[in-house]
Amino acid sequence: MRLTVNGKEHEVDVEDDMPLLWVLRDELGLTGTKYGCGIAQCGACTVHMDGFAVRSCQVPAASADGTEVVTIEGLGTPETLHAVQEAWVEHQVAQCGYCQSGQIMQAASLLSLNAEPTDDDIDVAMSGNLCRCGTYPRIRAAVKTAAQKLQEA
Amino acid sequence: MGRMRTIARRTFLVGSAAIVGGVAFGTYLVQRPTENPLEDGLADGAATFNPWVLIDSEKVTLITPHGDKGQGVMSAQAALIAEELDIEFGQFETGFGVPSQAYWNRAFAEEGVPFKATDEGLVAESMRAFVRGITKLMSVQGTGGSTSMADSFDKLREAGAKARETLKKAASELSGVPAEQLKTANGAVILPDGTEMPYTSLAAKAAEVEPVRKVSLRDPSEWRLVGKPMKRLDILGKSTGTLPYGIDIEVEGMVHAAVRVNPRQGGEMVSFDASVAKGMRGVSDVVEITGGVAAIADNTWRAFQAVEAVEIEWGPAPYPAEQDGHWEALAASFGEDNLDSMWRDDGNVDDALAGSSTIEAEYRSPYVAHAPLEPLNAVVRVTDDEIEVWTGHQMPIMLQQNVAGVTGHEPEQVTFHNQFMGGSFGHRLEFEHLKQAVEIANQMRGTPVKLTFTREEDFAHDFPRHIALGRCKGTVENGQITAIDVAIAAPSVITSQMGRAGLSVPGPDAQIAAGAWNNPYRIANFRMCAFRAPELAPVSSWRAVGAPGAGFVFDTFIDELCNAAGADPLEERLRMIDHDASRKVLEAVGEMSDWGSELGPNRGRGVAFIESFGVPTAEVVEVTNTDAGIRIDRVYVACDVGRIIDPVNFENLVQGGVVYGLGHAMNCEITYSDGMAEQSNYHAHEGMRLYQCPEIVVRGLENGSKIRGIGEPPVPPAGPALGNAIFAATGQRLREMPFGKFVDFV
Repeated sequence: MRLTVNGKEHEVDVEDDMPLLWVLRDELGLTGTKYGCGIAQCGACTVHMDGFAVRSCQVPAASADGTEVVTIEGLGTPETLHAVQEAWVEHQVAQCGYCQSGQIMQAASLLSLNAEPTDDDIDVAMSGNLCRCGTYPRIRAAVKTAAQKLQEA
Repeated sequence: MGRMRTIARRTFLVGSAAIVGGVAFGTYLVQRPTENPLEDGLADGAATFNPWVLIDSEKVTLITPHGDKGQGVMSAQAALIAEELDIEFGQFETGFGVPSQAYWNRAFAEEGVPFKATDEGLVAESMRAFVRGITKLMSVQGTGGSTSMADSFDKLREAGAKARETLKKAASELSGVPAEQLKTANGAVILPDGTEMPYTSLAAKAAEVEPVRKVSLRDPSEWRLVGKPMKRLDILGKSTGTLPYGIDIEVEGMVHAAVRVNPRQGGEMVSFDASVAKGMRGVSDVVEITGGVAAIADNTWRAFQAVEAVEIEWGPAPYPAEQDGHWEALAASFGEDNLDSMWRDDGNVDDALAGSSTIEAEYRSPYVAHAPLEPLNAVVRVTDDEIEVWTGHQMPIMLQQNVAGVTGHEPEQVTFHNQFMGGSFGHRLEFEHLKQAVEIANQMRGTPVKLTFTREEDFAHDFPRHIALGRCKGTVENGQITAIDVAIAAPSVITSQMGRAGLSVPGPDAQIAAGAWNNPYRIANFRMCAFRAPELAPVSSWRAVGAPGAGFVFDTFIDELCNAAGADPLEERLRMIDHDASRKVLEAVGEMSDWGSELGPNRGRGVAFIESFGVPTAEVVEVTNTDAGIRIDRVYVACDVGRIIDPVNFENLVQGGVVYGLGHAMNCEITYSDGMAEQSNYHAHEGMRLYQCPEIVVRGLENGSKIRGIGEPPVPPAGPALGNAIFAATGQRLREMPFGKFVDFV
């Protein structure tokens, strides 16, 4: 099947039901997307599919066929950060950092749909992403900073 | 410099064997310098000044040997070296270092002695010095117990200073300018005329000169980095998905493995049928390992699917199959035969309890999983003369020993590449998953094998925080607490954990009543006994180890007695406290929370104070009892680590510790049924989510006389402070965690 990931087309030969997560990590070598639970409870595997945040552990490869997938590596790079990543760096959100790819992808999706999220909007959008280190206060602050940055851009 | 590896390694092996055998040792072995592992294979023209600084013509590398599981210790260690070395962030690289005695953790001894961390008397300090000697000889290289900064603070600044002075000496010899006239800044020696000689250009010369060994450390007023807000070195990589963790490692020719081992931990595998699994796409083999099977495939998911398809019959668990049996074992442990230690026996408790009406309460603290978000994993390659291991781990030298024990290799033949860890909370102190990976790789020598645990396997084979049962009695009189008798029964986490690593630890286990026995309260009649329950489910150090459980028992009972006495819970704690730094953190949260002010209807405020790892920590939690349940509004936390290295990371870690403590007190427990953990993934062991996270206001005090770590101490008071706040808001006293069994949380 054909996947477009971060703007690049890939032909992959995998089972229809292999989760997109493992196509990305093991077949395409894009390890910025993380495995945490496999049952959509932690959000570490969050990527964008046709612009919307999805848990890639729940997307069968066949469903991703023909879609545009963006992973953390495609959102921005260390040299050209996305506004959300800039905010994450400024607030020094990460501790272990393992959940943060998913947090950042979720936040970027939220802000693309809702430029000025309220505290409640942030709670609703971000509560599916587990952070075992407990960086939630900084995640909240960084989402708000990112919203400002995007407004000013 | 340039000195080749000597027989030091053999010398220390003899030394540690002697200690294990109980033979006394002289000061020579303890005081002799350790070898410098950076001298191994040192290139021509490169200089290493000590085990932490390596400079060649291209770059400066600082070795930060404490493992980084998210606590930011890589940056903090680098900052300590860079402070004295006069080099800035961005001008050097870092490495985690190799397993080596040179990186022994001198601060582990602090928690290994039966004295309160606040006791700095001669006997306590002498004992600590003695245990420090043993930990050095036994090469206890490790990360844990919130010791990284205590271990590193002087040592790494000295390492930086010695390297700096040696570089100045080299520059002096090259330039002819006396060393006293040289300055250093931005990774260069600066001549009086302003000429800069970058450290990299001095490496070859520095490798020849006799290193400077006597240095004096700078006064804190001269610090550029320490104590000031830092930008963590890993923050960019962790914000862009570009920083690899152990689970992301790829080695050429690698295959993927997944395991299922008897979820009745320690039980046998009776039989298995892998015929279906072996025929699945991408699966190359299914092999037997101790207590279970491993599927080998060309992709992680295919290995997961295949191992799931193996039909297996499991043997019974070597501990009570049902959770009730675990509690019964604890309840039966409050006898003289099980007395592990009587920590306190002040006044006459029996008389005091006989004289007036007694308040009694029983408390339970459950098994809880570590569940770091990165599941356990390891890449291992076994050849006839080497084992290579890529993973994130807290105990490098013990890892070598445990890994080598599987195959019969020598520990020195194990090469360990430590990695960033996606959390640990104590999970990555363990060796079982590594031994499994080695067992698999040993069956296909030469091929690198990446073992990845499914989340379900990670839960099933976690060694959770131990359970604890507390029985408390007390009396109050004239508005004051007059007597307390606390008995805590728990299995010994140290025995369980060290036993798996093949070590036997004699003496009492200070963790059974940690967070309780070491409190700084002066109470007229005060008894505190720890009872050692038999080994039940295998358990392990969980963030803050014994203090979240025993501290919950003790602090909640203090709160109950305050209520019974009609005393203000904060004022009464302050009245009893007999330690200056502890009093100040309690006073601080009182001030921060405007303690005593009116909160309004259905609201409540609870305070808790627990000292763990030498850090007195006080927390005030404010809650509202809404129609939908308890909402946690705000938390105030004050703690004293003696010296804060990086205020940004400090705040983040304290807030994270509070979230960790609250989340698990709210809704997490591991229970056993049919010998297996009933909770298999985060849906059943959730912790806190963002919408539940209160505002958390942090104040760090620096009155303590020693530098301490902050990774663990914020965790223990969170549970009791929450429970005490719920009592204040609702009148309902919660004596068992998780509280979610008894109240709803919004």
